[in-house]
Amino acid sequence: MIPELGHFALALACVIAAAQAVLPIWGAWRGDARLMRAAPALAVGQLLALLAAAGALVWSSVVSDFTVLNVVQNSAAAKPLLYKITGTWGNHEGSILLWALILALCGGAVAGFGGNLPSALRARVIGVLGGTSCGFLFFALITSNPFLRVWPPPADGQGMNPLLQDPGLAFHPPILYAGYVGFAVPFAFAVAALIEGRVDAAWGRWVRPWALTSWCLLTCGIALGSWWAYYELGWGGYWFWDPVENASLMPWLTGTALLHSAIVVEKREALKVWTVLLAIGTFSLSLSGTFLVRSGILNSVHSFANDPARGVFILALLALVIGGSLLLFLIRGPALASGGMFAPLSREGALVLNNVLLCAICAVVVTGTMFPLFAELLAGAKISVGAPFFNATVLPLAIPVFAAMAVGPMLAWKRATLWPALQRLWVGALVALAVGLFSVVRWKLLPGLAFGASAWLVLGAVADIGQRIRFGAIGLGASLGRLGGLRRSAFGTAIAHAGMGVTIAGIAGMSLASNSIVLLHPGESTHLAGYTWQLDALEDGSGPNYSARIATISLLEKNGDTRAILRPSRRFFPLQQQTTTDVAIRTTGFVDIYAVLGEERDGGAVLRLHYNPLAPWIWIGALIMAAGGALSLSDRRLRVGAPARQKAATVTA
Amino acid sequence: MISRRWLLGLPLGVATLGGVAFWRMLGGMRQGTFDPRGLPSALIGKTVPDFDLPAQLPSAQGFSNADLHQAAAEHPLLLNFFASWCVPCIEEHDQLMALRGGGLPIWGIAYKDQPGAAADFIQRHGNPYQRIAADAPGRVAIDFGLYGVPESYLLDRTGIVRWRWAGAITADVASRQLQPLLQHYA
Repeated sequence: MIPELGHFALALACVIAAAQAVLPIWGAWRGDARLMRAAPALAVGQLLALLAAAGALVWSSVVSDFTVLNVVQNSAAAKPLLYKITGTWGNHEGSILLWALILALCGGAVAGFGGNLPSALRARVIGVLGGTSCGFLFFALITSNPFLRVWPPPADGQGMNPLLQDPGLAFHPPILYAGYVGFAVPFAFAVAALIEGRVDAAWGRWVRPWALTSWCLLTCGIALGSWWAYYELGWGGYWFWDPVENASLMPWLTGTALLHSAIVVEKREALKVWTVLLAIGTFSLSLSGTFLVRSGILNSVHSFANDPARGVFILALLALVIGGSLLLFLIRGPALASGGMFAPLSREGALVLNNVLLCAICAVVVTGTMFPLFAELLAGAKISVGAPFFNATVLPLAIPVFAAMAVGPMLAWKRATLWPALQRLWVGALVALAVGLFSVVRWKLLPGLAFGASAWLVLGAVADIGQRIRFGAIGLGASLGRLGGLRRSAFGTAIAHAGMGVTIAGIAGMSLASNSIVLLHPGESTHLAGYTWQLDALEDGSGPNYSARIATISLLEKNGDTRAILRPSRRFFPLQQQTTTDVAIRTTGFVDIYAVLGEERDGGAVLRLHYNPLAPWIWIGALIMAAGGALSLSDRRLRVGAPARQKAATVTA
Repeated sequence: MISRRWLLGLPLGVATLGGVAFWRMLGGMRQGTFDPRGLPSALIGKTVPDFDLPAQLPSAQGFSNADLHQAAAEHPLLLNFFASWCVPCIEEHDQLMALRGGGLPIWGIAYKDQPGAAADFIQRHGNPYQRIAADAPGRVAIDFGLYGVPESYLLDRTGIVRWRWAGAITADVASRQLQPLLQHYA
């Protein structure tokens, strides 16, 4: 009964979304205030229906209703409760439902927080979101329905891929999807602006918080995914240039560009056409990335059950959404009058440089990801583009981005001079140079460059705040007073830029990581990174739905003191006939000590041991970036809401 | 303003090109001519590696690569790796029975299988195989570079591998890929 209700709710959501796509936009076209007012109600209705559908699927999974095909294929009675819940979005059908739910959440958020938008704009934005929702709900109903039944029900389900039985999976997809799908809102704003034929400073101010929210979530989502790959897959790396990873990186790059170019629209009314294109492009990349993986075209470790027939449907949807919006862009783009002029050397100029470089990196990533496919299609050649290509092409483009990142926020709008900005940065420049030179001499060129860039970014962020509070120019007390009065968005920028610096330091540290693969018998030991790694014991263990082999490794200092004890294990899941490795990681915050238990041979075990300097900084930096974004967001909400709130206060007074 | 118009149309143009390419890829995947996951077999255009395997069932003989060559000289044949524990093999089985009925000799190698289980499998689903050899340790499979079971190889009359299919041979695969090759090498 519950699955039928869920199925019905899904169909209802699809119908409401269709109404949401048609009525408000028609109303805005005709100037009919009643139809426009229907938009928020429809958006909330669609959200409620999808919440019911998602609730029904979670319920079916929690009570192990094996008449539901999706539950049979992805769950089992013995699965822990947490994974019964999170497992609902660990498969194709469930993840599409989650995707649609988040899109509906975006519509609901625009309905809820968009009270200060002009009603025609709000109606159009909600309408565009409804149209997109409708397409994907239709897709879910026709090709990926999670509520299909099986009869007779099997005694037990087939269980879930053990790799996915991890708390990381509980949070990674929802956050990542929220980031992906969140860019639907800037997209809807862009399409609405194209329909209206008007982009102005107010539009920039409305779009930016949405872009910023999605960007923060996407940053967290990518970081979580990378961290999950690091500790769960046990390959010892954090980024593999896998198509699915690239698919999340592409919208992040253009989304970052969008975030910055929207500032220019808001402050200077320039770069309008470009910003609209970025908003469309970012969501298009999110869409194509997520769905090309589902069609089976992109080859990846994140394999979903794929099916070319499903792919044709997806392609038609993408053509409609992306092709339609780009066609609109072609037709209405020229109507968007460009505004403020600026000199090449100015805050705007720096932001344009940032945009160009970020988009160039994105183009490189797109090329690297798609090239093998196109080569096979056109020339029939099997080739693989791996990490060397990406490292060789992304790095030269990233270095100027880092160089400009510290200088940009110091430049004045419209027309700036480079010299005063550089004067304020001389301490940072000197330290960065010293750090860079030291690292180049000590290690290699690339880590040296990266450490230098990292110091440059962190110190540049400090110098930026220092300049704003006029540290050193006025008294310390006055500076502290200015610090308290500083806008949160200024802190946000500085923190996010410094976070990038921390991530780069982590990446540089990882490039100095050392590892070794050894066959050890209990009692034997090996040397790596100045420590003695000793295998103490190999024993059996068990868990709720697996049995395990556990190794105990002690890490000994030179003087024989025990630094840490690691217990990596190998788990065998009998239901899926699958073995996973459970990595043991000890971290000091500066270094990760990482051990993986491999195959066992003649009483000994193959161990993979890693010594990863600064590895945690990669994800800490990403969290700092997201925190900077969130801080900036809290400022924006206050300022956008401020006039309305003041009015309300006078009324009550 | 013509050039500006062109510039604004550029994103649409790029997206359209991408869309057309993906359309062709999807079409190719359906017909089996485009397979981004496929790994080209090193055996295509070569003879099969040397092996000599015992019988899987008491009722049928085992065979070696020499037996295979001798049989292929009379009629192109399909060499099929399968296992009773493999679910796609059940899916494929009907198709193998149909091909056998159409006159194609099929020789089977049971991959890492128990003798009793394989006998049950054949009894329940029918026997499309002329001979079934047992590769219990999976050594011969390694020499073949087996991707998984089921996996099939088409040998022409000179004993050279002309086609390899990793995964179940569905009706689609049989009609679109295997049949044309059979006519060509008949």
